[in-house]
Amino acid sequence: MTDQAYNFAYLDEQTKRMIRRAILKGLAIPGYQVPFASREMPMPYGWGTGGVQVSAAVLTPDDTLKVIDQGADDTTNAVSIRTFFERTAGVKTTTRTTDASVIQTRHRIPEEPLTDNQILVYQVPIPEPLRFLEPRESETRKMHSLEEYGLMHVKLYEDISRHGHIATSYAYPVKIEGRYVMDPSPIPKFDNPKLGDMAAIQLFGAGREQRIYALPPYTQVVSLDFEDHPFEASKADHPCGLCDATDSYLDEVIIDDTGGRMFVCSDTDYCAARQAAGFKGKDAA
Amino acid sequence: MYVAVKGGERAIESAHAWLAEERRGDTSISELGIPQIREQLKLSVDRVMAEGSLYDPDLAALAIKQSRGDLIEAIFLIRAYRTTLPRFGASSPVDTGAMSCDRRISATFKDLPGGQILGPTFDYTHRLLDFKLAAEGELPQAPTREATPGNVPHVTEFLNREGLIEEAPHDDTPPPDLTREPLEMPADRALRLQALTRADEGFTLGLAYSTQRGYGRNHAFVGELRIGAVAVEMDIPELGFAIEIGEITLTECETVNQFKGSKTEPPQFTRGYGLVFGQSERKAISMALVDRALRWEELGEDNVGAPAQDTEFVLYHADNIQATGFLEHIKLPHYVDFQSELELVRKLRREAGATETQEAAE
Repeated sequence: MTDQAYNFAYLDEQTKRMIRRAILKGLAIPGYQVPFASREMPMPYGWGTGGVQVSAAVLTPDDTLKVIDQGADDTTNAVSIRTFFERTAGVKTTTRTTDASVIQTRHRIPEEPLTDNQILVYQVPIPEPLRFLEPRESETRKMHSLEEYGLMHVKLYEDISRHGHIATSYAYPVKIEGRYVMDPSPIPKFDNPKLGDMAAIQLFGAGREQRIYALPPYTQVVSLDFEDHPFEASKADHPCGLCDATDSYLDEVIIDDTGGRMFVCSDTDYCAARQAAGFKGKDAA
Repeated sequence: MYVAVKGGERAIESAHAWLAEERRGDTSISELGIPQIREQLKLSVDRVMAEGSLYDPDLAALAIKQSRGDLIEAIFLIRAYRTTLPRFGASSPVDTGAMSCDRRISATFKDLPGGQILGPTFDYTHRLLDFKLAAEGELPQAPTREATPGNVPHVTEFLNREGLIEEAPHDDTPPPDLTREPLEMPADRALRLQALTRADEGFTLGLAYSTQRGYGRNHAFVGELRIGAVAVEMDIPELGFAIEIGEITLTECETVNQFKGSKTEPPQFTRGYGLVFGQSERKAISMALVDRALRWEELGEDNVGAPAQDTEFVLYHADNIQATGFLEHIKLPHYVDFQSELELVRKLRREAGATETQEAAE
């Protein structure tokens, strides 16, 4: 049921070419934020317009698309974006991580390791890792070009001196190939170790802020830390209540009004696949 | 017992159906037509065209109907539609001196060539609710007279002849295009004006008002405000000359600002400029004041740290489609991030508790 009134994947070819150029530049300079002339999309800024534009630019008619939000395929905005590409590009869609050739995500990296036949597209709200330390774009661009990242280390150090830990639990800053400090988008820091040495291409699109950046396959990605306070990926200290996985990121679900709660995989496909394979958590029906 | 929720798709469909029903309201009341909105809610239509950056009254009226009268939502619909339009070329600059003015006033001269034309303004109405309108009363006939033919010269030209106002030299450099290039700093005046003309009216008004109250005061007089239709001409390569392709209504405001001179500039009047689609006086005046405030650097003025002087602050926050999108996106699911914050806060509290217990024991 492709909508014939629009070009393949909604954007016109000129725009897609402009975005592809930005993507190629981003891949050539890993972690560098490439300005691009983001277009108004038919969904609001903040709903993943950057990711949608990047996906539109990389999708081909033979692709199979998966869209997740918070790790889940069935969250309303993931459904909405998937429907958008079904309508405007007519591409096959899937919820299976292994079957997808392009995966657009908001806030998570799938648990299943990705392969070199896949592209992971992130939706990014604030691409500038230094933004909350320095609000001015003209200043932060200068800091990146001069590799002036002292401010970020001071911030992390202040966290440690105040709380005993680095008090950043998501959108945890990373350094790419020893050069650019990059915002990995608001993924939980649990996902940070998956960013580095990934076989798939990782593309980051920030529509409102008009920036694209990228990580080519097998890029070195280091989460910022100190020798005596090494980076630590963390998650809720439970197994999944449905599939008993101990290695997946968990959502906490409140199940009654007396403080009862359970923990379930945020990656719905991973959880469903494990349940289908016979794994059973303590809360499974 | 928790089961992973499926059914986002069904929920979305049902929500859309409900929205359509609410949009229509009570079906025993006749439905609003697009021409009714276009003709009778004209100022809403004008605002949607201005901030949507697309001059098409019928589409703007449709957007207002579709958005249930939420103008920012309507502007968004127009912007999203605009993205899909092919670009054939650019028109020649419009000549506002040749405008057929519905309204043209100057606050700096009592009378002037071209005259003061009050036009259809709320300015001197008494803001008393007119209950006759509720009863759909008869329309009083407005008196008419022949329009004076010929161009209406700009007030600033008179001042310019005496050298009292800064020069605004003619410049044929093609302006940057905000809708085709990412906004980058530093932004020249053409780019700033482009951003301001599609900026949110409320935000622009607030900033302009702040300059009047002393946050970067620039002593503005409305040298001239004019509203009317101008011809749009475009060079047609096959013809080799420009032809008129249509007419648009614009509001133009030129402010004359007091200026005592700076390190680099002599004492003279300076300019602020506003130009907006449709009849949008409040917006055009606000735009001119903010334009003038943003010009502090080129006029060698001091930066007093006022918000309206801060180009990055103004330009990055003036677009209501960007602003409303990012603001409202926080209602989307954030439970992954929230979960990681929960873990962190629990950990910090546990440790803080342990330290306290230890201190108490000591």
